[in-house]
Amino acid sequence: MDNKREYQWAWLMVLPVVLVVAFSAIMPLMTVVNYSVQDIFGPNSRFFVGTEWFKEVLRDAELHGALIRQFIFSASVLLIQIPLGIALALCMPKKGAGVSFALVLLALPLLVPWNVVGTIWQVFARPDVGLAGVVINALGFDYNYTGDSLDAWLTVLVMDVWHWTSLVILLCYAGLQAIPDAFYQAARIDGASRWAVFRYIELPKLKGVLLIAVLLRFIFSFRIYAEPFVLTGGGPGNSTTFLSQSLTTMAVGQFDLGPAAAFSLIYFLIILLFSYVFYLTILNMDREG
Amino acid sequence: MNQDAGLTLAWMAWTQPVAIFFTAIVVMLVVFGVLQFVLPTYERRGFLPVPTTRGDRLFMSLLGSAFIHLFWLGFSDASLLFASAISVVYATVMLRYG
Repeated sequence: MDNKREYQWAWLMVLPVVLVVAFSAIMPLMTVVNYSVQDIFGPNSRFFVGTEWFKEVLRDAELHGALIRQFIFSASVLLIQIPLGIALALCMPKKGAGVSFALVLLALPLLVPWNVVGTIWQVFARPDVGLAGVVINALGFDYNYTGDSLDAWLTVLVMDVWHWTSLVILLCYAGLQAIPDAFYQAARIDGASRWAVFRYIELPKLKGVLLIAVLLRFIFSFRIYAEPFVLTGGGPGNSTTFLSQSLTTMAVGQFDLGPAAAFSLIYFLIILLFSYVFYLTILNMDREG
Repeated sequence: MNQDAGLTLAWMAWTQPVAIFFTAIVVMLVVFGVLQFVLPTYERRGFLPVPTTRGDRLFMSLLGSAFIHLFWLGFSDASLLFASAISVVYATVMLRYG
């Protein structure tokens, strides 16, 4: 009975957060919903158009392209960064002075501001003066990320791997460190191979942190903006134009506030859907132990 | 933006349909909040693969309904009321059997 009463009044504890979120997120969201159903010419000049912008945005071939590119990019990021992060976390030292050194080294890319990452790679990958660009061309590959779509894609992908794999490594490393030694001792007594230890001890124990890593990497990669914008400007053509860049061009470049608002809401709903699915999965896995 | 606009929330560019939409959401939340006091919800397992509370199922109903409307707008020129009708059926099934 006491638990029941406690459960019923628990909402009071979250009330301050609800109020802060109401002002910082819900009111702007309401404004975006209002914008999405109007044609806005100025502060006092707007007309109700109903669901017109949603129809326009949902049937826009350019935005379909950006959405497909975004999904391919996020899927590639997850497929590369999650296994790579696990592998590197397994290789990290478990104790000694090397631990601090490795942790600091891994944290460095995460500390670099997103637009600076783009600038670093813009110079680094230049085929005429950039170290990576010159070396790749010297090896006999015709590499030019400013003129070739595939090169641009690969460069954006490698840049993202450089920037964010550390996060996966750090999360996995924390997960690995939390596994009690008794598990490894039992495996040794049973004569388990290295693969068996990974498959039956480490991987199941990493499930929780891996889901958080997948969720964070999905959300971050799905709303990526600054890095590819600085590196390629969305080009060549539209080949590296992702959703957030299309949205910014629409809202700020063309000042199409109505369609941009409709587009933002669709974008928001997609992220909300995936985040909720991940949340339910994490919750369910926690319960199953 | 002038000061009056800030005080009157004119900057939010309110329209009547959106106001009705958000009022409906708030009413729904209040009703479910009151229900929580009168008839507290506990997790149960329906046809969904995870145990859910009444609030979970409400959220899934709202999110699913939003996507039903988006799909309708993207692929059909027929009245949006059909999408709303499908959403009502979907939400009912979700809340009752989810």
